[in-house]
Amino acid sequence: MHLTPRRGTGRTSAVTGLAVEAEGLGRRYGRRWALRDVSLAIPVGSVVMLAGRNGSGKSTLLRVLATAIRADLGTARVALHDVRTERREVRKRVALLAHHSHHYEALTPRENLAIAASFLGREGDRPRLLALLGRVGLADRADDPVSTLSAGMRKRLALARVLLQDAAVLFLDEPYGELDPPGFHLLDRVIGELRAGGATVIVATHLLERGRALCDRALVLEEGRLVWSGPAAEVPEDAAAGGPTS
Amino acid sequence: MSALAAALRKDLLLQWRTRAQVVAIFVFGASALLLFSFAIGPHAAALRQHAAGFLWLALLLSSTLALAESFQSEMEHRALEGLLLLPADARALYYGKAIANALQLTLLGVALVPVMVVLYDAGTARLPALLGIIVLGSAGLSAPGTLYAAMTAQARARQTLLPLLLFPLVVPVLLAAVKATSLLILGDPMGQIRSWAVLLVSFNAIYWSLCGLLFERVVED
Amino acid sequence: MRDYSTRPYALGGLGIALLLWGSTWGLLFAPREAYMGDVQRIMYVHVPTAWNAMLALTFAFACALFFLLRGGWEWDARLEAAIEVGVVLSTLLCMQGAIWAKPTWGVWWDWDPRLTTMAVLLFAFGGILALRQFVDDPVKRAVWSAVAVVIAYVDVPIVYFSVKWWNSLHQMQSSPETVSRAFHWPLRINAFGVLLLVAGLIDLRTRLAALRREGELAAPPVVAERATPAPIGAAGGTP
Repeated sequence: MHLTPRRGTGRTSAVTGLAVEAEGLGRRYGRRWALRDVSLAIPVGSVVMLAGRNGSGKSTLLRVLATAIRADLGTARVALHDVRTERREVRKRVALLAHHSHHYEALTPRENLAIAASFLGREGDRPRLLALLGRVGLADRADDPVSTLSAGMRKRLALARVLLQDAAVLFLDEPYGELDPPGFHLLDRVIGELRAGGATVIVATHLLERGRALCDRALVLEEGRLVWSGPAAEVPEDAAAGGPTS
Repeated sequence: MSALAAALRKDLLLQWRTRAQVVAIFVFGASALLLFSFAIGPHAAALRQHAAGFLWLALLLSSTLALAESFQSEMEHRALEGLLLLPADARALYYGKAIANALQLTLLGVALVPVMVVLYDAGTARLPALLGIIVLGSAGLSAPGTLYAAMTAQARARQTLLPLLLFPLVVPVLLAAVKATSLLILGDPMGQIRSWAVLLVSFNAIYWSLCGLLFERVVED
Repeated sequence: MRDYSTRPYALGGLGIALLLWGSTWGLLFAPREAYMGDVQRIMYVHVPTAWNAMLALTFAFACALFFLLRGGWEWDARLEAAIEVGVVLSTLLCMQGAIWAKPTWGVWWDWDPRLTTMAVLLFAFGGILALRQFVDDPVKRAVWSAVAVVIAYVDVPIVYFSVKWWNSLHQMQSSPETVSRAFHWPLRINAFGVLLLVAGLIDLRTRLAALRREGELAAPPVVAERATPAPIGAAGGTP
């Protein structure tokens, strides 16, 4: 399944076949295995929901696939590159919306995006930065220090930063977390647009209803193991119920 | 724009935006100079003799605050990780931060000189040379200091760990900078400043390269 | 896992035996040094301690390099042991230096370049031991202490040279080994004695460190069946 390059900036390349494949992934934190023997295959262009209770390993899995942390066991290839040996190549093609929003408190949203743009080699593209901020609803706060923004607005900034990267594969970790209802709709729209553009999106969330509506497939993690995989519409109701807080 | 330029620009912007903290650190350094003079007592000759040592001690103590501060903003929301994932070259991020820290320490050092002149009656006419020594000493503190600041910002007991690790390491910098500054203040009949400057340059050459190589291991998982 | 059980004790035992032999000879029976008298006898202990302290810290440096370049938890365990033993020896060395300096020069510390360098190393490596205490994640702890050891060790010649030059401007102090000549046999015996003792201690301490690491890190999970097993770095070593 071929994928046309995303619009304009040429940072991404055509990706064929599987966007993400993993075999036997394991990751421990001291005495605890956060991921155990996770194997999966995600075709290009799909939108996948990653469900599971708090502490089930969703964040860890996303971070391993995004090369933020290393796997202790197993292999994975994301966007056709090995996460262990070709980290830089993987990073050029993926974007991670993490629990920590990767911003500088003392700087403004515009400045934060400009910094990211400068490392992406696109520091001259000022109009695009403003347009992105407008798209996520931060246009009128673009020049206020992030320390003055609410949690929801910081999430929107993080979203803008992720969109800036024009990634072929996106990992969104609890993106609905601090957002308000307009923010929910924004995120739904963004995911829809990403899908239309041919990107692969993996969304970790425990909002099962939303996931069922938005996503093609779902994966359920429990205590670090992949316990269920199938069409998103059929994800079992108890996939995100209760459990220990992480 | 190269990655190094982008990193340097980012760090200078961050420093400018948090410049109130630098003022506070300067006040800390100046207070230290004042307190050191109490350790000697109001003996003008003795104060003048030891002025160089106290200046560099004050700068060394201030550096622990400044260096720790430089990674506070990188770690609180994992901004550094965000940059590494773009991807940004870890080495460029190191050099940007280390250069910005060296500039900040130079500024602090230069600002403390008038305090030293007033409290210790210790001045020098050779201002360019003094600036050179301050630059070399600040760079020598910044190279390993930036690496250790990145490390300790992720550990417990960070305020104690940074000076604990840094101080023994920068003994050569302290020795050389104090001797050179002292010679500038008290006179250098045998022309020894050059040798101390060479020592500082060598330390800098070794540590700026070594720490640049090792930085990635410290910040990546 | 290999059975270490007797090796460190054998090494240590042999080392102590040699030390007893060499020390008795040097401290009681070797000829009295004409210039300095009996104080000089401390050299039979001081010089071996100095050599072995540097040896232990050099071994630590080698372990750090091996860990950073090749990975493997065994290098981290050896690193921990080598740093600890090196710190203990450095402490002893500084104490011996003070014991020698007081009757000789009238002060406890004479800023001898070699001894002062050891004191700085003592603080540097002691700081790295503290670093290990304050980092909970075993992988980070291993990588960071290896990095810190490399940085500290590279500093050794620089510190030595700068202190030597700094000191030479004042007065020419001397250390036990430059002034007095030793009757070399007890010295050599003691040197080997300390070497074997140190090797035994490092061996034993490495084993302890390895056991602690095993307790900290969970074993790989039991897997029912696997299509293409590919465990990488099962011990969690860094590349």
